[in-house]
Amino acid sequence: MPMTSRRMLMLAPLGLAVAGGAGFYAMLRGMGTGSYDPRGVPSVLVGRAPPPFVLPPVEAAGLPGFAAAELGGLPAPMLVNFWASWCVPCIIEHPQLMRLAREGVAVWGVNYKDKPQDAAQFLTRHGNPFQRLGADRPGRVAIDWGVYGVPETYLLDRKGIVRWRWPGPVTPEVLEQDIRPLLRRHA
Amino acid sequence: MIAELGHFALALALALALAQSLVPLLGAARGDARLMAAAGPLAGGHLLAVAAAFGALLWAFAANDTSVVNVVQNSHSAKPLLYKLSGAWGNHEGSMVLWALILALCGGAVAGFGRDLPSALRARVLGVLGLVAVGFLAFVLITSNPFGRVWPPPPDGQGLNPVLQDPGLAFHPPLLYLGYVGYAVTFAFAIAALLEGRVDAAWGRWVRPWALAAWAFLTLGIALGSWWAYYELGWGGWWFWDPVENASLLPWLAGTALLHSAIVVEKREALKVWTVLLALLAFGFSLLGTFLVRSGVLNSVHAFANDPERGVFILGLLAFYVAGGFALFAWRAPAMAPAGLFAPLSREGGLVLNNLLLCSMTAVVLAGTLWPMFADLLLGQKISVGPPFFNTAMLPLAVPLVLAMAAGPLLPWKRAQLWPVLQRLWWAALLAALTVALCLAFAGVRIGPALGFAAAAWLVAGALADILDRIALFRRPSAAWSRARGLPRAAWGAAIAHAGLGISILGMAGMGLATDRLAALRPGATIAHAGYEWRLDRVEDVIGPNWTSRRATVTVSREGAPVAVLTPERRFFPVGRMNTTEAAIHTTWLSDLYAVMGEEEGGTAVLRIHHNPLAPWIWLGAAIMALGGGISLTDRRIRVAAPAPRSRAVAQA
Repeated sequence: MPMTSRRMLMLAPLGLAVAGGAGFYAMLRGMGTGSYDPRGVPSVLVGRAPPPFVLPPVEAAGLPGFAAAELGGLPAPMLVNFWASWCVPCIIEHPQLMRLAREGVAVWGVNYKDKPQDAAQFLTRHGNPFQRLGADRPGRVAIDWGVYGVPETYLLDRKGIVRWRWPGPVTPEVLEQDIRPLLRRHA
Repeated sequence: MIAELGHFALALALALALAQSLVPLLGAARGDARLMAAAGPLAGGHLLAVAAAFGALLWAFAANDTSVVNVVQNSHSAKPLLYKLSGAWGNHEGSMVLWALILALCGGAVAGFGRDLPSALRARVLGVLGLVAVGFLAFVLITSNPFGRVWPPPPDGQGLNPVLQDPGLAFHPPLLYLGYVGYAVTFAFAIAALLEGRVDAAWGRWVRPWALAAWAFLTLGIALGSWWAYYELGWGGWWFWDPVENASLLPWLAGTALLHSAIVVEKREALKVWTVLLALLAFGFSLLGTFLVRSGVLNSVHAFANDPERGVFILGLLAFYVAGGFALFAWRAPAMAPAGLFAPLSREGGLVLNNLLLCSMTAVVLAGTLWPMFADLLLGQKISVGPPFFNTAMLPLAVPLVLAMAAGPLLPWKRAQLWPVLQRLWWAALLAALTVALCLAFAGVRIGPALGFAAAAWLVAGALADILDRIALFRRPSAAWSRARGLPRAAWGAAIAHAGLGISILGMAGMGLATDRLAALRPGATIAHAGYEWRLDRVEDVIGPNWTSRRATVTVSREGAPVAVLTPERRFFPVGRMNTTEAAIHTTWLSDLYAVMGEEEGGTAVLRIHHNPLAPWIWLGAAIMALGGGISLTDRRIRVAAPAPRSRAVAQA
């Protein structure tokens, strides 16, 4: 009997290694299908409606502002994008937002801690992807949403529930691999 | 043409490695001396082929051959030569070739120095090393070819990630790989022992130098990485419990345990099965680190590009070597009879305690690193395990380890008494107690750092007590000098390495007293921090070879007398469009004055200034630990056991 328990003990490293290996394999499979994403950052907002707010328009941009209540009730899922004219990665993601806007996706912007004339100049220079644009000069709404920094993008379904959050620029890869599948899933 | 030659050399290396794995293992199984003798020349040929491939890769980077994809993605003609060369291993593909080269070097070293090894053991060790090389060379050739061409060649490359353009980081990966791959040799010895079904003192004597060398290199590699993070990332910290840092700490902890348990095998033929398991674990953790960093399963600033396909391949390698090793272990180890009885309180008992504590630490780091990934996988929860977990879980293990570290070397083998040991350490204990009292009473230091200083005093004094006891300085002063000269180098090495850890802890405790503040200053303005006056003199534009920068000049003075001029920078690399912060550090050895340049707005510059007491001693202590390992390696016992008379002359030449 002691010999058997000794044998069992010697099998333990193999057992643990096999279990760990199976887990890693599942992670790698999951990365392929999108069910496991190590880069995803948790957001308490995912699965909920955003906290109430009212954002005034950015003067000089000529776009209406918006309130939390208006986020639900669109015919298709939409994006809310936090950005600023002083933010360099925002320039990097801008072409992707423009592409989505041209395809008819509703992109609403929150202009974060920015001067209105700078924001307007940015949109004249690089093009305007936004249907609505709220000004968050004190940065309050961004705090309520849990924004890490600009740019940051949220995807909301038709009921106005946050389904996805992306901190950092929307690169062409993020557009193809994350946003398009999500838009289809929640359409 | 050179790139194709390199590619060919790599393929040739794979063929030779395959032969190196099959022929000697077959020979050892059949007892055929001719087949076993082929191991040495095959290992030599394998080494030459991989060296040729690595040389070709270096040439492609040095000459900035933009028809090679890897060069285009990672280099640029405007880069200084050192970073062109270090760019060759600063990317996934090239670093794997470096890995293969170091593995081949280890095989060559075993073949060259191991001529008086029993021929079957030598053949099996070289065979297993060949088998490991087959996996990694196949990985490089199939998924990560560094010699792929692009046509038409672009006019210039895209540049290396500027954060990586740094002398510290140029040498961090090679040192780290020397450590990781060094454990491939102890792994090969463990597998050979399992195949032979025998572990004896001679085996322990053979494994020790490899475990020591791998450990010393890994210590240096980790220290260099930590130092780099300290001065380059500009966060003012030195260890972040980042998953990739942890991945390098795991083999280090297991390797440290292996280093100590191998002593017991060598001296007393006890703990054999355990030592074999540790050898398997140390290499297993090295491979696990490779997998975590390169597969993209974890999220880290250090991680290489995400590629699940490569991840599957590395996981396959991991499964083959680690699971294969553990399966062999489960099959053969139960037959190995335990031998060498000892009392719980003895040198062996002390080393068992060392092993238990180090393995518990390994388990803590492993759990903290992997748990977030498995929680995400199994429960769908995003959690992060941060410094608070590691600090609270590691501290209760570190305290007894430090306490026992000073006493362990003074314990005699087989059976010991506690009282004589304590008699020899009373003054070290007194020193530690005085340190705490002085820190708390006069310097106003918090309890945590005060205990850290006490631990440092205890370890350094304990190492000194060990040496003084061995040379009998107080009992027979006249003979002390000759006894000191006659003392085995391994004893010196152990004492120096233990003292080195004490010095590292001194630095860590000092960092517990670090202070920092954020200041928005106009040129000419002064701010007081940590007893120094910091004046921003000016902010100017500077142009470097492949970057432009905003550089602040900060004069630090103490009571009106200038101490240092710091020039922190924010560099912009046009190729790749990236910013880096270059922290400016002035060390007085008692503390680091550390400044980081932040944003500028309306004529004021935001500066982050840190005062880091005793910071440099963290890395100096690590260097002293590695030095202790190196001195231990020159021990006569190891030298006599290692190279045969013929090859010793070569080694010393």
